[in-house]
Amino acid sequence: MSQIKNLIDDQGKRTDGRTAEQLREIKIAVGIIKNADGSAFIEFGKNKIIVAVYGPREVHPKHMALPDRCILRCRYHMSPFSTDTRKNPAPSRREVEISKVMREALEPALMLEDYPRAAIDVYVEVLQADGGSRCAGIAAASVALADAGINMCDIVAACAAGKVDDKIVLDINDTEDKEGGADMPVAYMPHLDQVTLLQLDGILTAEQFNECLDMAIKGCKMVYQIQKQALMHKYFGNETELKEESQ
Amino acid sequence: MQEIKRKYVVPGDKIIDGNFRPLLNVIRVGDSIISTRIGIAESGRDGIKVIPLSGVYIPRVNDIVIGKIIDHSSLSWEVDINSCFSAHLPAQDIFGRDFSPARDDMNKQLAIGDLITARIVAFDRTRDPMLTVQDRDLGRIPRGELLKISATRVPRLIGKRGSMIQTIEQATQTRILIGQNGLIVVTSRSSEGIQLAVKAIRMVEEEAHTANLTQRVKALLNVPDTTTAALSSLPQQEVAQSSSSFSPSLSQNNRKDEKVEETESTIEEVEEEIEENVEKGEKV
Repeated sequence: MSQIKNLIDDQGKRTDGRTAEQLREIKIAVGIIKNADGSAFIEFGKNKIIVAVYGPREVHPKHMALPDRCILRCRYHMSPFSTDTRKNPAPSRREVEISKVMREALEPALMLEDYPRAAIDVYVEVLQADGGSRCAGIAAASVALADAGINMCDIVAACAAGKVDDKIVLDINDTEDKEGGADMPVAYMPHLDQVTLLQLDGILTAEQFNECLDMAIKGCKMVYQIQKQALMHKYFGNETELKEESQ
Repeated sequence: MQEIKRKYVVPGDKIIDGNFRPLLNVIRVGDSIISTRIGIAESGRDGIKVIPLSGVYIPRVNDIVIGKIIDHSSLSWEVDINSCFSAHLPAQDIFGRDFSPARDDMNKQLAIGDLITARIVAFDRTRDPMLTVQDRDLGRIPRGELLKISATRVPRLIGKRGSMIQTIEQATQTRILIGQNGLIVVTSRSSEGIQLAVKAIRMVEEEAHTANLTQRVKALLNVPDTTTAALSSLPQQEVAQSSSSFSPSLSQNNRKDEKVEETESTIEEVEEEIEENVEKGEKV
């Protein structure tokens, strides 16, 4: 692959000034859409994504309903203004695929059998994209699902790792994605220690693969702390512990 | 049983290790009890549970709900009970066993758009909820202001033995019907009373998980802090009148509340318990 410039400088800093194991700045706000049962807004570096969750609710069309569990429907959509050049608002092949992998990444955490014959809809709207939007979308969707009060056995955290200038780095941005050697988005349930999404675009050796996966999981654990903090903040304010026995 | 320290949890959080029985909103993973909802984890009568702070209404048998008639077939009404499952009220429940679709006009009894108070008699994974209005204080609701709150806030709104709702009713001179499904009907002769009651209900909904809510609601309604003072400040005749007119719904709510307390102790119950115990200088 031809590289137009050095993506990592002599001091080991990347194009946006981060070190190899540093995440971009992440902010999550919970409950921002009043009409939805659960919602979240995530800023993952320059990514800005809104997620709204509706349900469990009646399934329409009714023939889609399953007798023993709930169906999960995900829609990942990029706004026309989310990229440098206008993006056609019609669902592209990429968006359809991301919707599918996002659903499959979230499903293992949800206890869908608790809501038979119902549906949960997850709408992921990308307002600004800067690489890693599927991971940011999954992280926000997971928080929004928890906000909607849907039974979950864990929260799904997501983060990508990749290869840039033959070096494994965490949370690659748009430039690194386009110019770098490999991109590996991972979704992970921290308490259950299970991976729910693992994709790889690029070529890695077996050692690099293991290193990349370990780093992505490490990133997921950091993302999880931010997700948890956002949820706690929405429901309990700044209190982290129940102060009932303090007196 | 070993008491656990109550704590805030999010889905996936480990509550405790050991051989405890999972009750509500928790699962067992290996040797641990894990929360499945955002809420407050605590030990119940014989196990561990989480009091959820968000979520939609999932019907349970014997719940008293408020529903809206949305349609009818020749044999039953379809009722929207603010859930992902629409409920059914059989026509025989109202017309009796000699109901005849050809002879009886279902619209005369319950028209589309009417509100009813009903009890869930049957619901499981395979079928939609079945309702009945054959009980005291159930049936059509003739008038009132309809409100919708999260079903997880209902126990908080009722309060311990109906304390919160009684406070609101007495201070605003309204009658408040509460369904376990989060639908509420407020009736009163004065629109100001309704407005104030709605404001108080909204406040309870938004601040349900916070401490000292009863005091803040009383402050909003300009009620002195003690219940006896609140009662004496109202004209005696009105109180008596309101109490008598409220009694059916309240008794219903209270019964329901007691049941809720038995099965899943509610946030306010525990909070009030804490407050009481703190006053006594005891630990929960």
